[in-house]
Amino acid sequence: MNVPILKVAHLSKSYGGVRAVANVSFEVVSGERLAIIGPNGAGKTTCFNMLNGQLAPDQGKVEFEGRDIAGLKPRQVWRLGVGRTFQITETFGSMTVRENVQTALLSRHRRLRSLLTLAARAYANEADALLARVGVLDLAARACAVLAYGDLKRVELAIALANRPRLLLMDEPTAGMSPRERGELMRLTSELARRESIAVLFTEHDMDVVFNHAERILVLNQGELIADGRPTEVRVDPRVREVYLGNRFADA
Amino acid sequence: MTASAILIQFLNGLSGASSLFLVAAGLSIVFGVTRIVNFAHGSFFMLGLYVAYSLIDRFGHGAAGFWGGVALAAVAVALLGALVEVLLLRRIYAAPELLQLLATFALVLVIQDFTLWAWGPEDLLGPRAPGLSGAVNIAGHQFPQYDLFLIVLGPTVLLALNFLLKRTRWGTLVRAATEDREMAGALGVNQKWLFTTVFALGALLAGAGGAFQIPREPASLYLDLSVIADAFVVVVVGGLGSIPGAFLAALLIAEIKAFCIGIGDVTIADSVISLPKFTLVVEFVVMAVVLVLRPWGLLGRRLTPPRRVGAVERPLALPSRRAVYALAACGAALALLPTLATGYSLILLTDIFVFALFAVSLHFIMGPGGMPSFGHAAYFGLGAYGAGLLLHRGGLPMELALLLGPLVAGVGALAFGWFCVRLSGVYFAMLTLAFAQITWSIAFQWDSMTGGSNGVIGVWPAPWLASRTSYYFLALVTSAGGITLLWRMFYSPFGYALRAGRDSPLRADAIGIDVRRQQWAAFVIAGLFAGVAGALYVFSKGSISPDSLAVPRSIDGLVMVLLGGVQTLTGPVWGAALFTWLQDAAARNVEYWRAVIGLVIIALVLAFPQGLAGFLRDRFAGERHAP
Ligand SMILES: Nc1ncnc2c1ncn2[C@@H]1O[C@H](COP(=O)(O)OP(=O)(O)OP(=O)(O)O)[C@@H](O)[C@H]1O
Ligand SMILES: [Mg+2]
Repeated sequence: MNVPILKVAHLSKSYGGVRAVANVSFEVVSGERLAIIGPNGAGKTTCFNMLNGQLAPDQGKVEFEGRDIAGLKPRQVWRLGVGRTFQITETFGSMTVRENVQTALLSRHRRLRSLLTLAARAYANEADALLARVGVLDLAARACAVLAYGDLKRVELAIALANRPRLLLMDEPTAGMSPRERGELMRLTSELARRESIAVLFTEHDMDVVFNHAERILVLNQGELIADGRPTEVRVDPRVREVYLGNRFADA
Repeated sequence: MTASAILIQFLNGLSGASSLFLVAAGLSIVFGVTRIVNFAHGSFFMLGLYVAYSLIDRFGHGAAGFWGGVALAAVAVALLGALVEVLLLRRIYAAPELLQLLATFALVLVIQDFTLWAWGPEDLLGPRAPGLSGAVNIAGHQFPQYDLFLIVLGPTVLLALNFLLKRTRWGTLVRAATEDREMAGALGVNQKWLFTTVFALGALLAGAGGAFQIPREPASLYLDLSVIADAFVVVVVGGLGSIPGAFLAALLIAEIKAFCIGIGDVTIADSVISLPKFTLVVEFVVMAVVLVLRPWGLLGRRLTPPRRVGAVERPLALPSRRAVYALAACGAALALLPTLATGYSLILLTDIFVFALFAVSLHFIMGPGGMPSFGHAAYFGLGAYGAGLLLHRGGLPMELALLLGPLVAGVGALAFGWFCVRLSGVYFAMLTLAFAQITWSIAFQWDSMTGGSNGVIGVWPAPWLASRTSYYFLALVTSAGGITLLWRMFYSPFGYALRAGRDSPLRADAIGIDVRRQQWAAFVIAGLFAGVAGALYVFSKGSISPDSLAVPRSIDGLVMVLLGGVQTLTGPVWGAALFTWLQDAAARNVEYWRAVIGLVIIALVLAFPQGLAGFLRDRFAGERHAP
């Protein structure tokens, strides 16, 4: 139960002189829901980008299920079982919702080289099942380009699930959603994590979502990991309070 | 070379760089602000030269007449530029960017015929510049005074532009718009006014570039396309939107050219290499190298990706059953046609079949691939040359040559494509153009193999295919078969992966798609089918010349695809049919047929910004959404 599937050690990345992520280490165990929080520019997205291969770390190790994945391409990391959603949704706008998921399924089955079969007939049922799971089956025939933002986030989740990932990276999964939608999506995600023991690593600015849905919380500030613990522990951590309360005073 | 000869060549290069820089700077500023790749920029240069010729002729060859004529010519071209912006471009800023390109290309055609009508087909050589007509002695060589003047002119204009852009309010707005259009809009910049003045300035620079050439080169009708090609190269090498970059690039290219001419023939290991001949391609080689090593040009920076304008592409629905039947009926009607029609209409239709396949192959990478190739004719030409040479020099039977010729195109696409797919957008387009130009000059200059400018002649089909009717059938079956295969690929998993990479490279990569490899494969497939069209073409004409892989042929392909509508499935076929027919009918019946075509294109662009088939689809919902 408590085998770590992801081990991150001494991860660092700088842009010019800015240390976006500095010497960050943590582990994620199978089926765990882990939130990364921190103020804007804390390095959350940069951290994600290094986990899924979009960025090569300057330093540090990323081990997924015992395999060093630092420096692999996103497409290779994905094949190993890491799914991802983006802070600003990335879907295929000229395709229907169903086709988006079908494309991911075709890729999983390595059938994208096929030149003369019809993609629209491939894995349609499987795609619909995924869409039903995230609650957007009724939108299956709509073009992604015309979807509302909250719906797009769900489609992204369906795409990410198409490869049956064991680790899901979700960058601000509920941004742009109404409070009710947030609750729904996070309940769905928690359920997935539990039922299929998918580990979920997510970033989030909404503290309600974080404290209701994360089993553990990592706090980043200016690239550094300043806290790692259960919600009750993090809530009372003096350094975290300083960062957040300090910010709040600054905002006021 | 002696030291003094080197100095002279160096000075020659400097003077050549000046006029190149003037044109390129104008193109660069216009692109930076409006994001329009203005094909007609070379036409403005040409007009500047012609107008200056006439004005000086009228004002007299004295100092006032000459310099007044040059200045007025530049101003006249600037006014024309402003007019074009207000009347045409302003209406299509919201259209897809490729359509804007099409519109500016139509302008090229109109201006070309206007020039022919106004000044006639003969080259016109203007007078020397009064006061600068002599030569000075530099290190024992006679060097023209006027060239010294040009050497000074380039840096002067650079400084003036620098002042304009850095020190004036207008310049600040231009720079803001170049960096970030939305931001400039948010700052409350009056975009209409800004765009018009920028376009006028660009035209002014092009017109001046032409007018200042008066004592150096004759005004001639081919200048528009040759100048625009040069200017593109300079702008891309320097970095889009960067004026100092354009200057540096102009210098680099002009110097290399000057030294190629100065050095002449060199003998390496017993074979003579003619460097002057190399000037035809040297700039394209430089561009290819620069783009591969520094994809944003020498001094360029990555531009903010252009805002997605126009309608977002809709899902590509499977054609309805009705549409499939209608297409099949079209095919059947074409198959029955030879029983009714004979002679010329069969030849015209054969051409249409060839170009329909060519257009669809281009559409395959432009549409789903999002890769607008400006050099697709290279693969058409490689297929044609491949087939012709396999027949002639390889001694293969015609049937085999027809089959294997396209493989030559495929190999070409494999090699060039590897480089091209590393870039995107305008940079991709320019690199494809560079490779096409390199291919062209090889065909043009490798006399012993390709027959040089005469090309390969006497390439006739086998006896059983020699009659008009039987070749008509061959072309129909091959083209219809090729198009069907390509269309099928649009709907295949391969086609979906291609579109995925176009829509969102990040997401595509994050679901296991190797976007570059996918694009490369598509590029090769498109090249292969363009090669089939080329091979069909060579046997229908009996000959092939370098023209068939030159820039205008590539542009024809773009026009066909865009006319028909890049966002539709069948559009490019209708575009090819319409354009081929129009070209043929206009060329046979109207003296100024290019202008007619240009005006028709402009009218179509203004009336149907989504292309013909897009318009029909919207109107009659012909290609309906699959359930
Ligand atoms: N491509 C880049 N070039 C330069 N600096 C960057 C780049 N991407 C991120 N940064 C910087 O790195 C730091 C971390 O950014 P990152 O996007 O990871 O933060 P984040 O925690 O995801 O913020 P947010 O909550 O706003 O999404 C910031 O200071 C940011 O300005
Ligand atoms: Mg972020």
